[in-house]
Amino acid sequence: MADLSVIFAGIPSPNPFWLASGPPTNTAYQAHRAFEAGWGGIVWKTIGDPTPNVSSRYSALHLGGKRMVGFNNIELISDRSPETNFRELREVKDRWPDRALIASLMTDTREHWHDLIRRAEDSGVDGIELNFGCPHGMCERGMGSAVGQNPDVAEKITTWVMEVARKPVIVKLTPNITDITQAARAAKRGGANAISLINTIRSITQVNLDNFVPEPYVDGASTHGGYCGPAVKPIALNMVQNCAQDSEFGLPISGIGGISNWRDAAEFMALGSGTIQVCTAVMHHGFRIVEGMIDGLSAYLDSKSMESPRALIGRAVHSLHKWEDLNLNFKRVARIDHDTCIGCNLCHIACEDGAHQCIDLLDPESTGIGYGPGRMLGKSVPVVREADCVGCNLCSLVCPVDGCVSMVEIPSPAEPMSWSQYQVQLAKGDIAPILPHP
Amino acid sequence: MEEIHAPLSDQAALAESQHCLYCYDAPCIHACPTGIDVPTFIKRIANGDAAGAAKTILTANILGASCSRVCPTEVLCEGACVLSHEYEPIQIGLLQRYATDYVTARGIFVLDAPAEATGFHVAIVGAGPAGLGCAADLASLGHHVVILEKEVEAGGLNTRGVAYYKMKPRVSLDEVRLVESLGVEIRTGVNVGTDLTAADLLSQYDAIFVAIGLGHESELGIPGEVGAGVRSALDFIRDIHEMPLESVSIGKTVLVIGGGNTAIDAVSQAKRLGATFATLAYRRKEDQMSAYAFEVALARATDCRMIFEAKPVEVVRHGNGGLAGVKFIHASSGKEWIEPCDQLLLAIGQPKQDHFLKSLFPSLQLDARGCVVTDPLTGRTSLHKVFAGGDCANGGMEVVNAVGEGKKAAMAIHHMLTGKTAAPKSQNSRCGIAHPAAGAGLWNPIRSATH
Repeated sequence: MADLSVIFAGIPSPNPFWLASGPPTNTAYQAHRAFEAGWGGIVWKTIGDPTPNVSSRYSALHLGGKRMVGFNNIELISDRSPETNFRELREVKDRWPDRALIASLMTDTREHWHDLIRRAEDSGVDGIELNFGCPHGMCERGMGSAVGQNPDVAEKITTWVMEVARKPVIVKLTPNITDITQAARAAKRGGANAISLINTIRSITQVNLDNFVPEPYVDGASTHGGYCGPAVKPIALNMVQNCAQDSEFGLPISGIGGISNWRDAAEFMALGSGTIQVCTAVMHHGFRIVEGMIDGLSAYLDSKSMESPRALIGRAVHSLHKWEDLNLNFKRVARIDHDTCIGCNLCHIACEDGAHQCIDLLDPESTGIGYGPGRMLGKSVPVVREADCVGCNLCSLVCPVDGCVSMVEIPSPAEPMSWSQYQVQLAKGDIAPILPHP
Repeated sequence: MEEIHAPLSDQAALAESQHCLYCYDAPCIHACPTGIDVPTFIKRIANGDAAGAAKTILTANILGASCSRVCPTEVLCEGACVLSHEYEPIQIGLLQRYATDYVTARGIFVLDAPAEATGFHVAIVGAGPAGLGCAADLASLGHHVVILEKEVEAGGLNTRGVAYYKMKPRVSLDEVRLVESLGVEIRTGVNVGTDLTAADLLSQYDAIFVAIGLGHESELGIPGEVGAGVRSALDFIRDIHEMPLESVSIGKTVLVIGGGNTAIDAVSQAKRLGATFATLAYRRKEDQMSAYAFEVALARATDCRMIFEAKPVEVVRHGNGGLAGVKFIHASSGKEWIEPCDQLLLAIGQPKQDHFLKSLFPSLQLDARGCVVTDPLTGRTSLHKVFAGGDCANGGMEVVNAVGEGKKAAMAIHHMLTGKTAAPKSQNSRCGIAHPAAGAGLWNPIRSATH
């Protein structure tokens, strides 16, 4: 069995699975339940000047029968007093000394930051997370994403924090910014020990078509919320990798954004996350989901003969290149396994209407193609015209049968050549221009 | 007595519809003899547009609500579903019922308004599924349609000949109202041949569609058959529809003779309505029954008994003439025995209408079975401006086949009258298919293997 324990920016944790700052980490009661379930760490719901909240607060994107594929909230930081929160943090830390306990903080002036950091550290936490990401409510008061979107301000506040902090400090970044690495570098310049990302993305999930008020509904109005849940995972993975790949950055990263299971977590780790944080999946299914994450990651690491998550962290970061460095001479084509094809023709219509028109519907009798399960005699079968296939993957993505459409590499006699190399060779006159597609 | 399948709730319909793959040129369309664009209507349910789904269904098949209940979907659309092999097929029948019930319950009219009147008049003989299917399409095309029906209520076997647990008469009667709402005039209680002659029809109308179905139940032709306790199974089923259930006469020991779906309906109904013993006797082996395997299984599940290779030779009666039982000879062993019963229901098939047809149209060409010879794509008969469809032409098939034949005849009649081609409603999920390899449902319906 792999040892899942990690040390993140100096903070030891029995496993890399942390709860992100949010509704599930609001109280000691929840923290006890989460740690009983097996979570390795908790980032407490952001503590600051307590603020009232509105009703209602959440809305969601449901898709094709799946509920909460995306999730949106307009809830603010903790509405409990710092005294209450720090007292409960102490109580939780005393009972769970081996777990990672992080206080998420948000305030405004240098003096307030100093005061809040000291009080948090006095409560026994293992680290501090600075909430520079909340995209609603707090930013209008000059906090949250208002800070995270301005690298100079983020750097300055991080500097204030580092003046007094003795515990590791993690800066939580907002994705509502053009270049995430600018925010990451600012955190580093300010002296932070690590970053976590992504916070939520500004969003409107749905519009009520009867009263024309988007959700969540607050007395005839709504407001822009913060989007999270499974739908944001690809955006989060991209930003995590951007930071992990940035040679000027180089600090530990705690990955956040749509993580629901061990596989999501492993992908974030492969792209450079030292720990991962979960919120929406717990809001949907409860703390118990961590059990499958622990067992699943452990089994995966064993299957890859990796003894620790360290062997996984960052493994995929350097598989991403600039587009111009990809090999133009690599070729894949789609192959349809007619013995498993059920005849839905989704590959045909997707290619025909949505891609490159290279899957024909042919009479099976004249092609000699076999019949898959449930096929109807005489009904046409989809056949790839490989010479015209650009290898785009679309048919293999729409096919409902696992393994029916496979993308097969066609060995190329040509040496690998990227766009950059092509430009060089073209300039030298060593190569004829590649002809445009007809 | 409730319908055997509970309707889908909104949420169940949504969930089921979301499993549909939305196939391109989907086999379910090919399997539907009315060519309903199944993926399109299911997608509409998934998109929260049940009325739009009903429009897709009813435009292709005006009897979509009754077909959703009585179609043997296992060998039609659902049997053809690409998911039926490795998974469960989409429950197309229940989804179709959901959509059609949705608009019926709310009184939503989803069909396009009929075209401007053409001034042509068409008579349809018989207000069963074929006649209604033909009438709806003709009326939509702007023709004036009169249906002549000998019974007091329209709908044919859909109204009075379907087992109650499958469909209540209300569903069929709602469909009759829908057809009437398109401007079709239905005259019930009219006997063509006596109240009105064929010559009258030919002189008064521009075209005639004959959809008179089949005759009443056949007879066994054995001693003792005529007398108390012996009825046709169709009469028995009709009673269930027309009378309060408690006054329908049900024996304690009911014997049904026959091997088709009507026999199964009768024996199941008898058992469900309180018979202590309900037995079906069939003269051949089980695998030779014309009833669907799933219908047989359903009857067995309601504790109906089945005996096979039982050839009836005599209806045995008590001294007072009361029914005692039926004497059978076992086809393989030759053994004779008496199967006791106090009610005997005959479901040995409906006779062809050849004598009646000949009396109406002496020169109408009939086949060896006694069915009207028609062109399968147009319903044309050997007589000018006379078309035919449904059981009187096909010898006895499903409701959905009858509707399809009515539709095809409507298009052919329209072409004959106006010289214009009436295209059936386009099937969006087959958009662009140039040459349907296996038929598009309406023109050449395929039938999937029974699973």
